Amino acid sequence: MAENITSFDYLNLFLFTILPYVALFTFFLVTIQRYRGRGFTYSSLSSQFLENKMHFWAMVPFHYGILVVLFGHLIGFLLPAQVLAWNSEPMRLYLLEITGFIGGIFTLVGLINIMVRRLSDARTKMVTSTADWVVIGILIFQICTGLYTAIFHSWGSSWFAASMSPYLWSIVKLSPEIAYVTPLPFFIKLHIIGAFAMIILFPFTRLVHALVVPNPYLWRKPQVVRWHWDRKKIRTTEFKIER
Amino acid sequence: MDVRSQISMVFHLDKCIGCHTCSVACKNIWTDRKGTEYMWWNNVETKPGTGFPTKWEDQEKYKGGWEKKNGSIQLRSTGKGRVVPNIFHHPHQPSMNDYYEPWTYKYDELFNAPEGNDQPTARPISMVTGEHMDIEAGPNWDDDLSGSPVYAKNDPNFKNLTAEQQAQLFAIERLVFFYFPRICNHCLNPSCVASCPSGALHKRGEDGIVLIDQEQCRGWRSCVAACPYKKTYYNWQTGKSEKCILCFPRIESGQAPACFHSCVGRIRYLGVLLYDADMIDDVANTPDDQLVEAHRAMVLDPNDPEVIRSAQANGIHDDVIKSAQKSPVYKFVKEWGIALPPHIEYRTLPMLFYVPPMLPVMTTMDGDAKKNMNEGLFPDFDKARAPMEFLANLFSAGNTGKMRYALKKQMAVRQYRRAVTVGDISMEAALKMLLEADCSVEEAEGIYKLTSLCTFDERFVIPPAHREEAIEMMKDPLEHKQEVGFGLREEPERGA
Ligand code: SF4
Ligand code: SF4
Repeated sequence: MAENITSFDYLNLFLFTILPYVALFTFFLVTIQRYRGRGFTYSSLSSQFLENKMHFWAMVPFHYGILVVLFGHLIGFLLPAQVLAWNSEPMRLYLLEITGFIGGIFTLVGLINIMVRRLSDARTKMVTSTADWVVIGILIFQICTGLYTAIFHSWGSSWFAASMSPYLWSIVKLSPEIAYVTPLPFFIKLHIIGAFAMIILFPFTRLVHALVVPNPYLWRKPQVVRWHWDRKKIRTTEFKIER
Repeated sequence: MDVRSQISMVFHLDKCIGCHTCSVACKNIWTDRKGTEYMWWNNVETKPGTGFPTKWEDQEKYKGGWEKKNGSIQLRSTGKGRVVPNIFHHPHQPSMNDYYEPWTYKYDELFNAPEGNDQPTARPISMVTGEHMDIEAGPNWDDDLSGSPVYAKNDPNFKNLTAEQQAQLFAIERLVFFYFPRICNHCLNPSCVASCPSGALHKRGEDGIVLIDQEQCRGWRSCVAACPYKKTYYNWQTGKSEKCILCFPRIESGQAPACFHSCVGRIRYLGVLLYDADMIDDVANTPDDQLVEAHRAMVLDPNDPEVIRSAQANGIHDDVIKSAQKSPVYKFVKEWGIALPPHIEYRTLPMLFYVPPMLPVMTTMDGDAKKNMNEGLFPDFDKARAPMEFLANLFSAGNTGKMRYALKKQMAVRQYRRAVTVGDISMEAALKMLLEADCSVEEAEGIYKLTSLCTFDERFVIPPAHREEAIEMMKDPLEHKQEVGFGLREEPERGA
């Protein structure tokens, strides 16, 4: 078998077995270290304050769109059998596919508006860093390859559950089964590699704000009081009531 | 009874000369960094006027504060369910255009301009973009512009005034205005805190100062929309919100906050109030017309043995209790009842109180007789230049009774002092006025003294911080023993 290994195989080996671990390792190491050491930099870095109109048409479609898309991928990964069962009925398959596709379109529209806004508004331009452009670039790349896949390699919700989910699980189980992905079409591979690249970039960019979404807010009491000393420690007792 | 202590404030509006010294003192210490140039943690407004940010009192637009709904109170802006959708784009967030774009001038052009026929000029440049800009607004753009159809006319406090009353304010010979200095009210039921999705905003238990934890703030901006007084500001550079910190490092070392310390008109008073935290929810839920009274009822008598015992049981230091007993704020708010909370109908229970201004009463001479005076001793407050309703909308949720009481008492004290020092009013009439104004002679002397002769130490009664506990409030000293200072702190840099 050894003589059959081509450089193409080496590339596949690198991209689909080594890269995912590099990505995950970088992701966990840097996000945690950044949170501990430079927690101040965890922020949404919102620029709504500087420009309030285009902001709506950029942020709202983008965030809702990407939530739908990410959630879709997550479900396919976690519950492949259930997704396949759901898809056994064509109507339900179409529904799922169309929802995902609309999510993708929303994301794309949002991203385009984000770019237009950041290029055209003088104030917003001032708070746009190179890292922001890298993030926008990789997101555009991902959404374009994703939408291409959805159109030209249709019924992704089914084949994702059948081949991507086992592949991703094999990564989780530390024995990557490259055979699931090597036969996939070129654009899908691009999409997968883009995803790993995004995971690597994640901790170095503003994307980290997605990790600090405010979940406890929904349960906590409205008022927050912080005590810096022990309230029940009686401080002095010789107080005389002065009359 | 859950006794807590709160550093509280009184601003005496009749004494404010509108010099903005307070604002500049604050700016020089806290908000001259990039991203904060537009913030004025302390600002001084002209009333009637639109204020800063423009029309901040218009909660139809900004949705700040609480509203009563189905028997309880809810945030007007970010109800819990709406917090997630609002996080992407907050529909009621003010933008920089509602404040102003900060600018400076290209001074070097004065020196570097080539020789020519014209005087060189320093052009204004934006402190955001660095580009040349046309200045359109500033933080006190309506300064002294009473009667202006652009500013004064759009004051949201005119809402329930009759057309006649409004017209009266714009007649040229009746123009009137006063200054309204504002800082964060360090409220007891702060809507900024309640709205913060990250739990970064909090009230310090020990002294009630409301702070934003900079490490924990994620720039969701809910507080900016939720504070009805627009006293939290978003730093567009660091992506964190910031607000007045009541100069807590100064307070902890026994100094008055910078705006208090520098106040030229000596209008500012600061002291501890003890209050019952168990009452917060109920008081915030009181009907509008009873709010001022209910709010006042939360403030406890620091000389009451029962209160002292409960305070001690809650770990309040004896020195703080003693300081509360000497608090000038307690006198103005509780004993005399002449200081009123601003816009208490927002239900955040502000702890900064205002002594309302005694705007001149319209009196005209008709031959020898004064016109527009009442039958009785007091001038007719309803004929005052600023309609009573206008002042009441600002300081007592429209409750003109409370406003009338505060003004009447001040007027009586003035007449009484006039009888004492000038003598053109009979003492008998003056005492009668005091009686009518619900004011004893001792009280009148007290008001007079604390208003006009007050020393630094009488105006600012700051509880001793007790170094050992002040450090405890910031950091555990042992945690960083043998380090330089308190260890390395992170630089407040914008993230990528
Ligand atoms: S005024 Fe009240 S609601 Fe506004 S920031 Fe201060 S404490 Fe919060
Ligand atoms: S320094 Fe004092 S007198 Fe001057 S504007 Fe400020 S509050 Fe008014």
